[in-house]
Amino acid sequence: MSEPAFTLKATGRLRRRQLVNKGMGALAVGAALLAVAVLAIVVISVGSRGAGSLNLDFFTQNQAQGFNPKGGGVLFAIVGSAVLVGIATLIALPLGVLIAIYISELAPPRLARVARIALDISNGIPTIVIGIFVFTILVAAHGQSAFAGSIALAIIMLPLIARATEEVLLLVPSSQREASLALGVSRWRTTVQVVIPSALGGILTGTTLAIARVAGETAPLLFLTSLGTSSTADASPFHPLQSLTLVIFTYSDQADPAYQSKAWAAAFTLMCFVLFTSLAAKLALARYRKKLGG
Amino acid sequence: MLKAITFSAAALAVSILGLIAFELVRGSRLAFHKFGLGFVTSQTWDTIHNQFGALSLIFGTAVTGILAIAIATPLAIAIALFLTELAPKPVRALLGALVEMLAAIPSVILGLWGILVLGPFVQNQIEPFLGSTLGFLPFFRGQHSPTGILTAILILTIMVVPIVASVTRELFTTVPSELREGALALGATRWEMVRGVLLPAARPGILAAVALGFGRAVGEAMAVLMVIGGTIGIHLSVFAHSDTLAARIAGQYNGASTNLQTSSLIYLATILLAISLAVNIGAQLLIKPIDRRPRRRRIVLDRALEAQGLSAD
Repeated sequence: MSEPAFTLKATGRLRRRQLVNKGMGALAVGAALLAVAVLAIVVISVGSRGAGSLNLDFFTQNQAQGFNPKGGGVLFAIVGSAVLVGIATLIALPLGVLIAIYISELAPPRLARVARIALDISNGIPTIVIGIFVFTILVAAHGQSAFAGSIALAIIMLPLIARATEEVLLLVPSSQREASLALGVSRWRTTVQVVIPSALGGILTGTTLAIARVAGETAPLLFLTSLGTSSTADASPFHPLQSLTLVIFTYSDQADPAYQSKAWAAAFTLMCFVLFTSLAAKLALARYRKKLGG
Repeated sequence: MLKAITFSAAALAVSILGLIAFELVRGSRLAFHKFGLGFVTSQTWDTIHNQFGALSLIFGTAVTGILAIAIATPLAIAIALFLTELAPKPVRALLGALVEMLAAIPSVILGLWGILVLGPFVQNQIEPFLGSTLGFLPFFRGQHSPTGILTAILILTIMVVPIVASVTRELFTTVPSELREGALALGATRWEMVRGVLLPAARPGILAAVALGFGRAVGEAMAVLMVIGGTIGIHLSVFAHSDTLAARIAGQYNGASTNLQTSSLIYLATILLAISLAVNIGAQLLIKPIDRRPRRRRIVLDRALEAQGLSAD
């Protein structure tokens, strides 16, 4: 296109409106850049401080004897985190799926709404309050254990898994259910053999997101499973166990810089795990939605 | 059979809510008998003389939560606007994913970063700057330190922005494009379209998102515990140390030496639960507002929507 012979130039009110428009656009760009910059600064500062202290010993050794902060690793905390999150998932996954089946397949609309609201409200309860709750029902009488920590994590996971599962169950086309029911298959078998299998991918990615979320949970574990823990690897759910998050917290408080660099290394390990699993799960979920949504 | 099993699972989920409230109230009985409602208006937290009160913790919770959400909300709305209205398509998905990654970073890691990286920056750069430019106000006076209310507010802002931004982004994408195009066709600039169409259409949802973000900031224990300094007392200055309900509970995790102190900590948890329930239920009501449109207009509107294959529900 050729340049016009003369250009129209906005003046007066129009000029002001266009300036305001430009200014607001610039602010929006600035805010988005700021958010990305903060993410980059956090990731880079954790990465640059943490990656240097990572070595094979860090993952395969326990704390060195005699509280020598230099050597050794955090195997005990990795094992502890795995046990805590593993048991929590074993409790929350089946319960969450059952709740979702009830809400999306069987419940009368009114009850389904009550259950949904209850789940959303549970999701908003501060995790420290859930920790105190488990403290009063389990730890006050029986002492600390990894199992108590797992119960708290399971309560945190439950609404996440139930809501994510409900969402994918709703995506399963009703024609599949109707076809199965029309063939005379019972509701129970339709749900278990038709609906669940075609929602399985979505359920698993939803669960992965919940795992990524509770793997970073610290506050409720402080008074449920942190006292008198040994710094050797232990997988018994009946003992108090350490976790990666607890190690980050306790090491960050130590004056010795060797401990601080271990805290950074643990933070880097945890951050990589959480970011990669949640990113992968989100990608899988988006793809799965596209597939079912047609 | 299936119905019975799944129903009991759902009933369990609902009853856990009630059970949490019941157990917390029961656990705080001892402190309630000793201090009564005066607990809420007393500033003391004295483990030696066994005197406990929540006022300064409630103050710290309110100040950090309100200021964090006040800073985060405009930022989050601006990010959501950029992601839905301005950014080119491929950038949208990438940037949206990055913002959600920020939300996924565990709070204990943000806390660690807060004390060792952000804290020194606050002490050496931000606080001297605020002190020299706005130091005539009582809010920006006192000793500079890496920990304190200001650092806690900044960390909470980082945690809350992605939450509010992703909800707001969802809201903006649900506004029908006819409305956008209508405003633009009438000659509105993009910003006038945002102010006149997008923001009013999304307002109840944005308020709900703000409530959820506030609830999250109020309930955050770890990151705040690590950066706020953990002292009792009410100070006007954001440079001062303080403490919040959640951080105090987490900080005294294993240190409670008397039953009364344990009970007082549970009392704090009960107050925190009450605040977060109020905020969350408020958000729920905002998302599903009671329909107050006059009945006749409602019917006309609903018919109009149905005629286009849309349902008002």
